[in-house]
Amino acid sequence: MAWLRRHLLLFAAVAVLLYMLLPNVVVAVFSFNDPVGRYNYTWTEFSTRAWTNPCGPQGLCDALGLSLRIGLIASLVATVLGTMIAFALGRYRFRARSGTNLLIFMPMATPEVVMGSSLLTLFLMMGVPSGGLAITIAHIMFCVSFVVVAVKARVATLDPRLEEAAADLGANPTQTFLRVTFPLAAPGILAGALLAFSLSFDDYIITNFNASPSSITFPMYVWGAAQRGAPVQVNVIGTVMFIAALAIVLVSQLLTSRRQRAAA
Amino acid sequence: MAQHGPGDLELIGLTKSFDDFTAVEPMDLTIPQGSFFALLGPSGCGKTTTLRMVAGLEQPTAGQILIGDTDITNTRPHQRNVNTVFQSYALFPHMSVMDNVQFGLRRRGDKDAKRKAQEALDLVELGHAGRRKPNQLSGGMQQRVALARALVNRPDVLLLDEPLGALDLKLRRQMQIELKRIQQEVGLTFIHVTHDQEEAMTMADSIAVMNAGRMEQLGDPAALYENPSSTFVANFLGQSNLLAAHITGTAGDGRLTADVHGHEVLVDAGRVPAGLRDVWLGVRPEKLALGEGNGVNELKGTVSDASFSGVATQYLVRMPWGMDLTVVQQNDGSARARLGDAVTLSWDPGHEFVLDSAQDEDAGVEHVVVDG
Amino acid sequence: MPAWSTWSSMAELAVLSGGTARPPARRANWVPYALLAPGLLWLAIFFVAPMVTLLSQSLQEGSVEAGYTFTGNWQIYVDALQKYWPQLLRSVGYSAAATLGALVLAYPLAYYIAQKAGRWKGLMLVLVVAPFFTSFLIRTLAWRTILSDTGAVAGLARSTGLTDVLQAVALTGNDSLLSSKFAVIAGLTYNFLPFMILPLYASLDRLDRRLVEAAGDLYATPWQGFRHVTWPLSLPGVVAGTLLTFIPATGDFINSRLLGNTQTVMIGQVIDSQFLRVLDYPLAAALSFILLVLILVLVSTYVRRAGTEELV
Repeated sequence: MAWLRRHLLLFAAVAVLLYMLLPNVVVAVFSFNDPVGRYNYTWTEFSTRAWTNPCGPQGLCDALGLSLRIGLIASLVATVLGTMIAFALGRYRFRARSGTNLLIFMPMATPEVVMGSSLLTLFLMMGVPSGGLAITIAHIMFCVSFVVVAVKARVATLDPRLEEAAADLGANPTQTFLRVTFPLAAPGILAGALLAFSLSFDDYIITNFNASPSSITFPMYVWGAAQRGAPVQVNVIGTVMFIAALAIVLVSQLLTSRRQRAAA
Repeated sequence: MAQHGPGDLELIGLTKSFDDFTAVEPMDLTIPQGSFFALLGPSGCGKTTTLRMVAGLEQPTAGQILIGDTDITNTRPHQRNVNTVFQSYALFPHMSVMDNVQFGLRRRGDKDAKRKAQEALDLVELGHAGRRKPNQLSGGMQQRVALARALVNRPDVLLLDEPLGALDLKLRRQMQIELKRIQQEVGLTFIHVTHDQEEAMTMADSIAVMNAGRMEQLGDPAALYENPSSTFVANFLGQSNLLAAHITGTAGDGRLTADVHGHEVLVDAGRVPAGLRDVWLGVRPEKLALGEGNGVNELKGTVSDASFSGVATQYLVRMPWGMDLTVVQQNDGSARARLGDAVTLSWDPGHEFVLDSAQDEDAGVEHVVVDG
Repeated sequence: MPAWSTWSSMAELAVLSGGTARPPARRANWVPYALLAPGLLWLAIFFVAPMVTLLSQSLQEGSVEAGYTFTGNWQIYVDALQKYWPQLLRSVGYSAAATLGALVLAYPLAYYIAQKAGRWKGLMLVLVVAPFFTSFLIRTLAWRTILSDTGAVAGLARSTGLTDVLQAVALTGNDSLLSSKFAVIAGLTYNFLPFMILPLYASLDRLDRRLVEAAGDLYATPWQGFRHVTWPLSLPGVVAGTLLTFIPATGDFINSRLLGNTQTVMIGQVIDSQFLRVLDYPLAAALSFILLVLILVLVSTYVRRAGTEELV
C-alpha cells in the first residue's frame, strides 16, 4: 500500500503517456488489418497488403505529394521569416516591441476556423483563386509565429558576450553572425522548421477553406475518405509518419544530449 | 546511554549509503541544547548529508536521530521541530518577505504569526522590508530573511547549510558576528555546516571535523587547534609544520627527547601518545619564533620566501634537509628578515603536538580552494 | 490601456519557453526593422487584413451568384446569435471541460518528467511530442476504433459500470461510448494534450526543488507544499497551457464531427458548413467574428484574473 502510494505519481504519468500513445498503437496495428467492408474499425485478419501497395487507393499518393510540396515550401518561407523576427526580438532593442510580440502571438491565439474563414473572405475580395497557392500562403501565415517562438527560445539562451567576444577578436558583424550566432541558433531554427513542416502537413481546417477540388492535400483526402471508410493505406502512412517523427526527435535529442555531455 | 538534556540532539550510529559509496559512516554524536555547533570539513565529506538527515530531507540507511527522548528518525520533514537555513536561501520568490517569514507559523496555525514574524524581522534588522519580494533584496539581506524564516519557529534545532557561502568576505565576517549574537540572544541549538575553518572556529562552541564520511575529531575550537588528533585536522584547521621525528629518550621535567633530522629537540611527555616512537612533530607557524631562542628546540635555515600582510609577515624558511617551514611573525616592531637571510627558528617545548608518523602528512592540505 | 497591457503580457506568457531576458542594449538602427519587416508584413496582409474583410463580409448582403454589396446591416449578428447560441455555448463548454481534463491529466505527467524522470526525461519528452508530429485526423479516427462498441474499452466501461455513470450524467445517450458528448470531450482533451504538457513542463522544469524542500522544512505537509509553493510557481505554465488548449479546442470541429452526433455540433462546424456548403457568406463571417470576439473576451478576462491575483 505504501509502495503504491509512493509510486502513485509514476503510475499517473505512465497512464497519461499510454493514453497519448494509444491511438498511434491502434493506427499501427490496424495498418496490418484486412477489413471486411469499407470500415477499418474492427480487427479481421492479419495482412501486409496495404504495406506492399501503399499507393493503391486512387488519389492518396497525389494528395501526399501535394502535402509534402506545400509543407516544404511553407516551412522554408516561414522559417526564414520567423527566424528574422526572432533575431530582431532576441538581439535588438527597438520601439513597438510589445506590439510585435502581440502580432506574433495573435495567430496562435486565434481559432483555426476564424483564420481560415477570414482568409477566404480576403481571397474572395482580392480575387485570389482557391488552390495550392492560397493554401501555401495560409500555411506560411500560421507557421511564422511558431517558428518565432522556437527560435527565440534558443536565441534567448545564447550568451550575448559570445558575440561581443567575436567582435573583440576582430570579426565584423557578418562574420560574427555566420561563424558564431547562426551555428549556435541552428538547433532552434531546425526545431522551428520541423514544427512548421508538421503543422503545415497536418492542417485540415484552414486548408479546407482555401482548397479547390484540384488541390486535395493529405488531411483532406483522409477526411474525405473517413466519410465513406478510410482505406488501410491511410494507417500505413500514419504509422510511417509516427516512426519518422519518433526517429527525428530521438536523434536530435541524442545529438543535443551528447553535445551537452561533451561540453560538461 | 550517556546523560543528556531534554533538548539535546543525539545521533546514534547514523549512516547514509548510496548505491556505490558511503556518504556518512556510522556516526555517534550528542549536541547539547543551546550550543552553537559546527560540522566542518571539505566538500564531499558528508557534512551536508548529515545535516539533511537531521532535517528529514534524506532518509538514513541506518541509525537513529533523537531530540531529547523523542526518536524522529522516521518522521517527515514537516513533522520535525527542526528548521534549516538553506545554502541557496530557498526563499519563496512569489511571496513577500513577510509571507516567507510567516510561512512556518501559518502551517502550524499560529494565531500570532504576524507579530512573531515582525519580531523576527526586527531581530535580523529587516523590520522595514516585510513587504518587499526576495528578489528585491541584496544577498546579505536575503540571507537574513532566510535566517528569520527559520528562527521564528523557535525550532529545537536550527540547521545552517553553508549559509554564508554566497556572501563576499567582508559581509561574511559581519554576518558571522551577527549570527553568533542572534544565537546567544535566542538560545537555540544551531548546527552550522561549513568548509571554512576560520568561520567554524570564530562562531562555534564545539566543532566536529568530518573527512570522507567519518568524524575525525570533536572538541572546542582551541582544543582542536592546539591538539589535533590527526594530520588531517592539523592541516585542515590552520597551517601546520609537520616534522618527521623519532623519540629517543627522557629528559626529566616531564619531557622526552626527540631527533629531528639530526637535531635534538624536547617534547612535552604528556603530548606523546603512549608507545609511539616514529612521529610527526607538529608546530603551528605562529609558535615558531624567528631569531635566537633560549637554547632549546632550535633549527637553522635560510629565508626562501617572505610575504608581508600588514598585521604579520609569513616566511618560508628552508631547512638543511630541504623542507620549507612556515613561520608567522607578528608585526610587533621587531626586525623583519629578508630573502636569503640565515635565521634560527625556535619554539617552546609544549607548544608542539605529536601524531603517529603512519598518517599521511598531506591529509587535509587544501591545494585548491573549492567552494561547497 | 489595460486591455492592451493584458494582451501584451499574454504575448510574453506565450513566449514563455524563451525566458524573459532583455536583449542587450544595441544602437537602435534600421537592422531590427529590416529583420521584422517581411514577416510582420506577411502577418499584416494575411492575418490582420482578413479580420477586416471578415467583418466587412459579415455586413454585406447578396448572394454568391449575384455578388455582394456592403450594407452595414448589423442585424445579421442578432440573427446569428439567436440561431446559433446553443452551438456557441456548447463549444465553450466542451472546450472548457477538455481544457480542465487536459490540465488534470497533463500536470502529473509534466511534473514527473520535470522533477522525477531523471535519465528517462529525454525519452518521455520524445513520447509526448512524437504523436503531435503525426496526423491529427488519423489519430482522431483511431479513437473511433478504440471507442467502438465491439472494442475492449467499451467492454471494460460496461463491466465497470462506467457506461451507466456516463449515461446518468448525460455524457452519453445510450450504451455506446462513440457518437456522444463524452467522445467529443475526450477527443478534444486528447488532441490538445501536448499543448498543455509542454508549457507546464517548461515551468515545472524551472522550479527549484529546494523551495519544495524548504516548505517541508517549514512544517508544510506535501499537499500544503504543493498548494503554496509548487502550484503558484507553475502558474505561468498553467495559464499558457490552458490558453493553448482552450483557444484551438473552442474552434475545433474535427472531434465533434468524427466522434460526436447531431446533438454535439460545435460552432466551427457551423461556420465551416455555412461558408462551404450553404454558401451564406455573411452569416458565416458573422459567426466567425462572434467566435473571435468571444474568445478574446474570455481569454483576456482569464489572463487579467490570473495576472493580478496569482501570477508572480
